[in-house]
Amino acid sequence: MSRFPFRLAAALLAFVLAAPAFAGKTLDTIKQRGTINCGVSTGVAGFSAPDSQGNWSGLDADTCHALAAAVLGDAKKVNFVPLNAQQRFAALQSGEVDLLARNTTWTLTRDASLGFHFTTVTYYDGQGFLVPKKLKITSPKQLKNAEVCVQSGTTNEKNVADYFRAQNIKVKTVVFEGFEASFKAFFAGRCQAYTTDVSGLAGLRNKEAKNPDDYVILPDLISKEPLGPLVRRGDDEWFADVKWVIYALIEAEENGLTQANVDEQKANSKDPVVQRILGTSEDTGKLLGLDKDWAYRAIKAVGNYGEIFERNVGPKSVLKLPRGANNLWSKGGLIYAPPVR
Amino acid sequence: MSEGGGMSAPRPTSASGEGPTSPRSRVAIVAWLFQALLLLALVAAIAWMVSNTLAHLRERGIHAGFDFLWQPAGFEIGESWLSYESSQPFWRAFVVGLANTVRVAVPGIVLATLLGTLIGLARLSHNLLLRALSTAYVELLRNVPLLVQLLMWYFALTELLPASSDALQLAPGVFLSKSGLSFPWWEAGAFEWPVASEITISGGASVTPEFLAVLLGLATYTAAFVAETVRAGVQSVSSGQVHAALSMGLTPRQSLRYIVMPQALRVIVPSMTNQYLNLTKNSSLAVAIGYPDLVSVANTALNQTGRAFECIAVIMAVYLLLSLLTSALMNRYNARVALRGGG
Repeated sequence: MSRFPFRLAAALLAFVLAAPAFAGKTLDTIKQRGTINCGVSTGVAGFSAPDSQGNWSGLDADTCHALAAAVLGDAKKVNFVPLNAQQRFAALQSGEVDLLARNTTWTLTRDASLGFHFTTVTYYDGQGFLVPKKLKITSPKQLKNAEVCVQSGTTNEKNVADYFRAQNIKVKTVVFEGFEASFKAFFAGRCQAYTTDVSGLAGLRNKEAKNPDDYVILPDLISKEPLGPLVRRGDDEWFADVKWVIYALIEAEENGLTQANVDEQKANSKDPVVQRILGTSEDTGKLLGLDKDWAYRAIKAVGNYGEIFERNVGPKSVLKLPRGANNLWSKGGLIYAPPVR
Repeated sequence: MSEGGGMSAPRPTSASGEGPTSPRSRVAIVAWLFQALLLLALVAAIAWMVSNTLAHLRERGIHAGFDFLWQPAGFEIGESWLSYESSQPFWRAFVVGLANTVRVAVPGIVLATLLGTLIGLARLSHNLLLRALSTAYVELLRNVPLLVQLLMWYFALTELLPASSDALQLAPGVFLSKSGLSFPWWEAGAFEWPVASEITISGGASVTPEFLAVLLGLATYTAAFVAETVRAGVQSVSSGQVHAALSMGLTPRQSLRYIVMPQALRVIVPSMTNQYLNLTKNSSLAVAIGYPDLVSVANTALNQTGRAFECIAVIMAVYLLLSLLTSALMNRYNARVALRGGG
């Protein structure tokens, strides 16, 4: 009973037997199929997690909902495919999913050697450490000889090795294949620290810990983790669609368009920028292979970027993360979209 | 399918005892021709699949090849008997993973054999309690998925052991905690003693809960199958042999040692090979509970490099090699205990 990840095997088989090239056809396939196959995590609070009815929510899930609204006219027409860290790349390469919106870090290796294009950053994260309060640790530098629990198949594993090597501190990593097993071992006391992206740590602390106040997230970040959706290379039209749906949500926030006022703005706004976004003056959709209401539908379905952030990971959500680097560029953050023009 | 691994060449049975020009030898030639054609077709199919795959990978801008094995791995491996650090190349990491697999498989096989043999014999005992207990053991362990058992062992160990910050000192320099069992070890020309600090134990050597859970899980699970194999082997020896031995004045223990076991081994050894192969292959489940075996290391490598094909190929090749090695050893042992002369 050797356990072999079925999905990975299927994806590899797809390479062996695949019919030649399907470049440029993703949008047509999606329209024909009537749903978007969206690769997500197996459950990361705030980014992509199913509720008890099997409805997916989170920042990544909302990206897919917005895309479905823009492309297919119905935000619900998303087929969420949960993928673990190991399966995700093969699933996108083989065409099992149309895009991967799975809190995936944008790195050179992934961008340049796996046959992918990262579209844009939807969340600026950084890797940190979660430690039990009673150990009175205030900096990762105090973790000398400690054991650190981490999930395999992530950039976190390599960052932690790099960081402690640079600091000349010896730590022991305990690497788990599954996310569940890794944090359960940590909360059972197997490790003195748990490491992943800070957004993930917040989710763990606030959702999985018996008593969140027994744990603290160390303020030091040891890496940059820009997270965002990615698509296969060779289909520039689809690449552009994903990028611009996200940009439209950011533009919407910049221009004060919200889920609540978008109808009223569409009917009455005299602002040329707003008119262009909502397709009342120019038809920007034609250039993307979509219709002119594409951005309107996306905003109507999930709200602007700020609303998505607040709802899923913001101070009022279970993750309680500050807007920080993920605020608009005009408000001191890094979120910036080229103009819809 | 009692023997694993070994391949034997097809033997043309129809040609035996016939002259070179007889019609039956012509049939044999045709048979050989067919086999050769089949082999050729198989090779061609594989070659096509490989070239097709490579073409597709290239087309989609995916880098392929084993060149990455010589690049620095960049990740740490939690425990190992071989020295390793993250600046060493990927192939070294794979070797460390392989060593960890062997480190858990070999003691696992020894433990499973000892425990399994005892339980198998207990199932044939005249003592009702012993028989009932061993039957219960076999049925329970055999019918619960191994992964569940491994997780149970692991979480039982990590829950029950004291926290690393207040480790239990069993003897001077020997600590038991959630970090495992730490003890003094010969390191760089001197004995290094474990030291308890405020957050954890450092120095010396340690047996981690991950290793212990994998070892215990594999050994107890496989022991259930070994027990059944042993019981079947002993029962395959006809009862007349035992009666004869006892009437010759041998004690029950002597009859087991000199009469029953040598004959039972002929039945036991081939299917025991399968159990050993299974144990080694099942050790790949260790990845679920954080033990850095070959699969765990390969998974990490796969994700750092994105070379899914190559990493899976390495895993397959290594397990195949381990399995062939195990069956070669067991086949040699089997030849020693098998009946001489007979077929």
